[in-house]
Amino acid sequence: MINNTEILETIRMIQDENLDIRTITMGISLLDCADSDIERSCQKVYEKICHRAERLVGTGEAIEKEYGIPIINKRLSVTPIALLCGISGGDPVRYAKAMDQAAKAVGVNFIGGYSALVQKGFAAGDRELIDSIPRALAETDVVCSSVNVGSTRAGINMDAVALMGDIVLQSAKLTADNCCFGAAKIVVFCNAVEDNPFMAGAFHGVGEGDCVLNVGVSGPGVVRAAIANAPDDYDLTQIANIIKKTAFKITRMGQLVGSEASRRLGIPFGIVDLSLAPTPAVGDSVAHILEEIGLESCGACGTTAALAMLNDAVKKGGVMASSRVGGLSGAFIPVSEDAGMIDAARCGALCIEKLEAMTAVCSVGLDMIVIPGDTPAEVIGGIIADEAAIGMINSKTTAVRVIPAIGHKEGEELEFGGLFGSGPVMKVSRYSPMKLIRRGGQIPAPIQSLKN
Amino acid sequence: MRAVITVTGKDTVGILAKVSNECAKYNANIAEVSQTVLQDMFAMIMLVDIDHLTCGLSELADIMRRMGEGQGLMIHVMHEDIFNSMHRI
Repeated sequence: MINNTEILETIRMIQDENLDIRTITMGISLLDCADSDIERSCQKVYEKICHRAERLVGTGEAIEKEYGIPIINKRLSVTPIALLCGISGGDPVRYAKAMDQAAKAVGVNFIGGYSALVQKGFAAGDRELIDSIPRALAETDVVCSSVNVGSTRAGINMDAVALMGDIVLQSAKLTADNCCFGAAKIVVFCNAVEDNPFMAGAFHGVGEGDCVLNVGVSGPGVVRAAIANAPDDYDLTQIANIIKKTAFKITRMGQLVGSEASRRLGIPFGIVDLSLAPTPAVGDSVAHILEEIGLESCGACGTTAALAMLNDAVKKGGVMASSRVGGLSGAFIPVSEDAGMIDAARCGALCIEKLEAMTAVCSVGLDMIVIPGDTPAEVIGGIIADEAAIGMINSKTTAVRVIPAIGHKEGEELEFGGLFGSGPVMKVSRYSPMKLIRRGGQIPAPIQSLKN
Repeated sequence: MRAVITVTGKDTVGILAKVSNECAKYNANIAEVSQTVLQDMFAMIMLVDIDHLTCGLSELADIMRRMGEGQGLMIHVMHEDIFNSMHRI
């Protein structure tokens, strides 16, 4: 029998500490929509998404009410569209528009999968899709894009890296009158995962089933509060234990909601992403957890160590709580979406170089970082190459989602609003990687790839 | 199946009566009631049987929430499974 203290603890976590299910994301395979005629192909894409996801939002809302736990986002991920482009040819933006219309028809707030996987080279449809990304993101509202440019198995496709530096910049320029938001909807990955429920990088991998439901949990506020309640003389082993226990409880919520939603929708349950995903809301910050562990400000020396421990403890606690884990699984460190990160960046405690080091030990990579609008494409390419290298060598997922703030300089701010928050324009090294980026070619797969 | 109804806020006369009245109206059988004061917060916790509910659980949650708002109380109706899954392996 559940006792009163436990009941009140759960309610406090939801009410006061922002515990929520960050997203339930339905992954839909579009492989059976491919057609040599782009018109027919887009029509099939629209119809399949609408058919499969018809009840997603309603089901999510019903579960939210019955269990009393908020499910913030209901989203969709689809097969990388470059595969369909390769078969149909034609203007890839038509697919983006079909996705956009379908997503709006079923009421989800984002749809991911305007993607290409080019870690080892460009196949039919890949380059056309990548070239069309800035236009697709400017002409649609809820479509998100991602490109995988490297992997531990394949190395890094430096031609794609150079291209993506320019694509990110173009995406920002085409949406300059809308906070350069196009660039916030594109992620450049190394070791992208096929079952990621989080945007903007979600896509439904070709190894996945026809339709699955993946869940991303959240709860930085709960972890921070648990550490804040611990005595000051607790050592780090004890703090790690507190994080583990809390992560267990958070993840159980994801497991419950995911299995219930998939049961009601009649589709298989995919995975729970063991994540700590911050929001700009007060008390929902990963940076504040690090500060609670013992840093004056996120970005101080020791930040990487604290984050490594946090990330590991979240996984250890979470993996016990769920029957199927996957996705990105770990702590996210987006700058503009995290009140503590924003403050640290604003006061100069946190710089891009420190964030880069942090990405070696946490969930993903350089996320939601606003950079000066006049940053050259090859410098953005350099940032992407550095992140991809960290991912490739450490056999982990890394990503870059930087937003060149067109017309803004270092020290100014860009305001996105909502879950995307706001971010100070951060300093980027101006020394040029031009020659490296222009060389192109492939950084060969590292020795770590030879595991067989 | 059971649901947990929690009522938190400032103590006033007749809270229990109002909540149980609504439960009776929608055929939710009260199995257990307890009151505690935790961190200066008045809290009433009710365990109700919802097998024969005459409305949906989410509807009952809405009704209770609205009733609570009128009196400065927070009333949550949540399926028992959320607590079981969080606190029991």
